[in-house]
Amino acid sequence: MTPVVELDNLTRRFGSFTAVDSISLTVDEGEIFGFLGANGAGKTTAIRMLCGLLLPSAGTGRVAGFDVLTESEKIKKSIGYMSQKFSLYPDLTGRENMHFYGAAYGLTTSRVKERIGALSDRLDLGSFIDRRSGSLPIGWRQRLALSVSLLHEPKILFLDEPTGGVDPVFRRRFWNILYQLASEGVTIFVTTHYMDEAEYCGRISIMHRGRIIVRGEPARLVREHGSDSLEDLFIDLIKERDINAR
Amino acid sequence: MLGNIKHIARKEIYHILRDPRSLVIVFAMPVMMTFLYGFAVNLDIERITLAIIDYDQTPSSRALVDDFYNSTYFDRPDKEIDSWNPEEALKAQDAAGVLTIRHGFGEALERGDEFALGLMIDGSDNLLGAAVNAYSNGVLLKFLQDRLPPDFELPGITISQQVLYNPDLKSSHFFVPAIVAIILIMISALLTSVTIAREKETGTMEQLLVAPVLPREILIGKILPYIVIAFIDGMLVLLFAKLVFGVPIVGSLFVLAIFTMVYVATSLSIGILISSLVQTQQVAMMFALVTTLLPSIMLSGFIFPIKNMPTVLQVISHIVPARYFIDATRGILLKGTGFVLLLPQLGALLALMLVLLVVAGKKFKARIG
Repeated sequence: MTPVVELDNLTRRFGSFTAVDSISLTVDEGEIFGFLGANGAGKTTAIRMLCGLLLPSAGTGRVAGFDVLTESEKIKKSIGYMSQKFSLYPDLTGRENMHFYGAAYGLTTSRVKERIGALSDRLDLGSFIDRRSGSLPIGWRQRLALSVSLLHEPKILFLDEPTGGVDPVFRRRFWNILYQLASEGVTIFVTTHYMDEAEYCGRISIMHRGRIIVRGEPARLVREHGSDSLEDLFIDLIKERDINAR
Repeated sequence: MLGNIKHIARKEIYHILRDPRSLVIVFAMPVMMTFLYGFAVNLDIERITLAIIDYDQTPSSRALVDDFYNSTYFDRPDKEIDSWNPEEALKAQDAAGVLTIRHGFGEALERGDEFALGLMIDGSDNLLGAAVNAYSNGVLLKFLQDRLPPDFELPGITISQQVLYNPDLKSSHFFVPAIVAIILIMISALLTSVTIAREKETGTMEQLLVAPVLPREILIGKILPYIVIAFIDGMLVLLFAKLVFGVPIVGSLFVLAIFTMVYVATSLSIGILISSLVQTQQVAMMFALVTTLLPSIMLSGFIFPIKNMPTVLQVISHIVPARYFIDATRGILLKGTGFVLLLPQLGALLALMLVLLVVAGKKFKARIG
């Protein structure tokens, strides 16, 4: 397996606060990697560095074979990104959003049309695609946002809490799509708060105060720590750390 | 590069057309403001209340009183003036001046004797006071001329006064170009200042920056549609100024159009720079208003002549775009000044725009932190 994400002691400081504290990890092609952690643990900061939105303060990282410090423009072409905040233009329809972002990725108009056809079949967008995206229910918005991030057929998909606020039925369908993508060789790097979702991931890492405290296959981690479930493991680990910190 | 700019520009146009608020800012506000400011900032003094106390009561004195009130300069006071205490009328602001025609005026007029009328003026408003004095002398002179035999020449030396360019000395002709300048810079800066800040607020900027789009493509794509809109605005306001205030357009319409275009582009660049520096729309709008409104009023030569300012302010006035636009429009509208004479103003505006855009490009990075 070829690693498509490799981080070596990646660090980001904001003034005296260290949001991400020398994290190292590798993610292989076609893997679904779960990036877990409490709020404020540094997940979003880490993802932003991987997408070229933030410069690391120290350490190195390669995404899709390109250096995060010097080749962020090349990285941008090979990744898709969906942030936790709905980030499409609410006053544009889904189709208009897709045309705009498609053009931003350098796709021709006819190619964008092809992709819109393929993605709207795949994600079952139907007539929602022609409504102003701001008026859509949240589940549809997230699907639309996912289809926008897939327009240029990225090799790696970074999803920052993609299913926040979405109902369980929608979440299940969302994950089915992610599985399909992974089986086609797309690497998926996803942060989540939902432990059932974490169990769907091939491997996970749990972040706490800017550091990765454990990593591995979810089932094995639960077994090794003698926890009842991933949720217990998560809570125990974080409690343990907080007590030690005092 | 061009493809991306085109798509960003098109998306901006969707935003404008679908947001009723921005349409109001774009089209209703400038016209409304021109109307309000044009009428509010009116320094022409007419219809001054003048009380006249006539002790003479001859046909001549009555004719003089009629001449005063038949002129457009003076109106009768609403209240009866106590002739024993005319000063009270000034104190109560029932009149801006009191003219007293003493007994013997008619007789003196017939005999050609020297005679003095009494004029009491409220000097607390010096502009108004000066106007009362000047207009009264004017009315009196006219009255005397009408009664002199045709072959009689006024003795002595008289000053022949001629006013160029604004023959009626209408203040609106002087003010309206400046008002156009202030409205345009304010609207333009407001429009662009919120566009980038809005995308930062809603998170779309993050999504946009993850795409391989260059910051300068975003900046240029955003500014282009607004240049067109603000230019249309400028023309609309100028047309309005012509129709409502009768401001003449002596010079070339084409030169005026070029100046308006360059001026709005410079103003939009101010907004772009602000937008690339701040994070929220509210702060952006505040900055846009503060940096455009006050300097354009105080330091542009709109009200206070630049020559009379302290040196420091004179230097600062060089980076106020309105200064150049007001210079140029007053020249084009009232004097018909040609393009070549206005090249320094055009160059200054272009230089300002370039600096603003370069700084905005430097400050606006393809990263969020």
